[in-house]
Amino acid sequence: MLWQVRGRAGLGLFAAALLLYPIIFSGPFYRDIGVTFLLAAISASAWNIVGGYAGQVSVGHSMFFGLGAYAPLMVYTWWGWPPMAGIPAGILLSVGLAVAIGVPTLRLTGHYFSMATIAVAELIRISVGTWALVGAAIGLQGPATARGWWDLTFRSELPYYYIFLAVLAVLLSVTAAFERRRFGFYLRAIKASERAARSLGVPVRETKLKALVLSAAFTAVAGSLYVLKTGFIDPDSGFGIIISVQMVIVAALGGAGTLFGPVVGALILIPLQTATNTWFGGGGSGLTYILYGGIIVVIARFEPGGLFEMWRRVGPRLRNRFHAA
Amino acid sequence: MANCNGRWAARRRSEAQDELGADSMVVLQVVVGGLLLGAIYALFSSGLTLIWGMMNFINFAHGEFVMLGMYVALLVVVWLGGGPAVFGLAAAVALFALGVAVYLSLIRHVIQAPMLAQILSTFGLALLLRYTAFWIFSANFVSLPQTSLGGTLNLGGIFLPVAQLVAGAVAIALTLALHLLLTRTRVGSMLLAVAEDRTAAMLMGIRPDRMQALAWGLSAGAAGIAGALMATAYPWSPSVGETFGLIAFVVVALGGFGSVLGSLYAGLIIGLIQAVSAFWLGAIYKDIVVYGLFVALLWLRPQGLMGKA
Repeated sequence: MLWQVRGRAGLGLFAAALLLYPIIFSGPFYRDIGVTFLLAAISASAWNIVGGYAGQVSVGHSMFFGLGAYAPLMVYTWWGWPPMAGIPAGILLSVGLAVAIGVPTLRLTGHYFSMATIAVAELIRISVGTWALVGAAIGLQGPATARGWWDLTFRSELPYYYIFLAVLAVLLSVTAAFERRRFGFYLRAIKASERAARSLGVPVRETKLKALVLSAAFTAVAGSLYVLKTGFIDPDSGFGIIISVQMVIVAALGGAGTLFGPVVGALILIPLQTATNTWFGGGGSGLTYILYGGIIVVIARFEPGGLFEMWRRVGPRLRNRFHAA
Repeated sequence: MANCNGRWAARRRSEAQDELGADSMVVLQVVVGGLLLGAIYALFSSGLTLIWGMMNFINFAHGEFVMLGMYVALLVVVWLGGGPAVFGLAAAVALFALGVAVYLSLIRHVIQAPMLAQILSTFGLALLLRYTAFWIFSANFVSLPQTSLGGTLNLGGIFLPVAQLVAGAVAIALTLALHLLLTRTRVGSMLLAVAEDRTAAMLMGIRPDRMQALAWGLSAGAAGIAGALMATAYPWSPSVGETFGLIAFVVVALGGFGSVLGSLYAGLIIGLIQAVSAFWLGAIYKDIVVYGLFVALLWLRPQGLMGKA
């Protein structure tokens, strides 16, 4: 009882802090960190649906992110439509791709799925880089100045911040909703033991495919949001392996398969990444990836449940010691 | 890798055009060049398939092991000197040790863990190795200084660098040796016994942990020596690890998960397909063709073209 009340109060406090953050820290540097944090939290939460809850570890989610990012600028470049109009197209393409990959690989063990995702992402990245209609290696550019509000091209970071925050809220609500429903229990059963789940009548393949489709759709939205803000996309910033890596590490650090794990992961990693990039200058990005690799290995070896799991184990012990003293 | 192969193809084309019957000669040259590169693919892919066959585990850092083998060769040549036998052996030994160390410190602890931990462990290791290499060696392409294998051989109109020929031949010999080790020796039987049934092997007096450490050593050692062989004939940068890792997936998917002999055939086929598609479609398309083939394979025959279910 007490825990629930405390949990709800904490959640309210956290939401209030997110709402007020860009007003309190109004400098462009801090607002930029805020927007980057939200985007990382959205992408990782989207990955979390299939990678965390269903336990099917995609290491090529950049393919959905990239499709979501390219679609708005494709409709803008080809037909002059507002970029926003490309978002549904990005979602549809991603869902189609998710089905195409999921149907053959999800009936096999998780390793096949992981290999397929990384290969398909790389295949798309290279192909897009040779395809002139989507800008080949140079990429696509959005509207330089807004023709109207519908272009969603703003000078200030503030509108982006609140749009991103709204999307994160929707995504977390959807996740929270299925967590307590049959679908959520199916996912957890599959993750714990596929064979056992199947023998109890869980429609394993359908459930995994549904999780992948849902995850792909939200990842595409994350890509669209990214491109609306930056107004520019090229094969590496859309489909690069680093995009996938970031989703995996953010979710796994906080806690894959938990509602707020990806948010916590982003809360820790984004400031850390900004710090290494600031301290080490241009050479910092390479160091960031070394750090990412190291963190992933340490999580896998010592704490696959992420920080949430660690807190669940270590927290009570700490509290007891505190009370005893 | 992409650009250099194209460049070679162009050079080979111009050299061979002076000959009579130039067209068929060019095609033959492309085919032989592809098979020689494919032999090296076969060698490092046999390491990946060994681990898969032993413990149903995919090593996402396998391409990085190949890349490290190349840099070990470079460092040995620059610091100590010595011929291909010296740096080849050095790369094999160094990577064998790394493979055993990775197994003992990391893999052993995640093998019973959830899928997430299994995949993240080697995926994180790949990033760690790749970007550390970028940091130390920079992103520039390097190649070995001229070794004793310099020069070009004229085989009835086909011009082949001696280094490529030797590297390809040694790679085929080593892949066959690995196959024989697994199928014809006592140690091989012990390895296969552990792969078949860990508990039963233990009851027979085999220590599974030791055998699996050995498998990781052999796997990484094969990757390392393949890297050293490749370094004699082709330039590289730290980013080749990612490409080779994916190529190893394709080869293993084609040759059958767990079959060393299958990966020998499949490696040669993939090398051939790459060379031919680079020749006819252009260098950029060779990876598109090969990864496309991989996706098609996963659709049609996920157990591998030549593998059993």
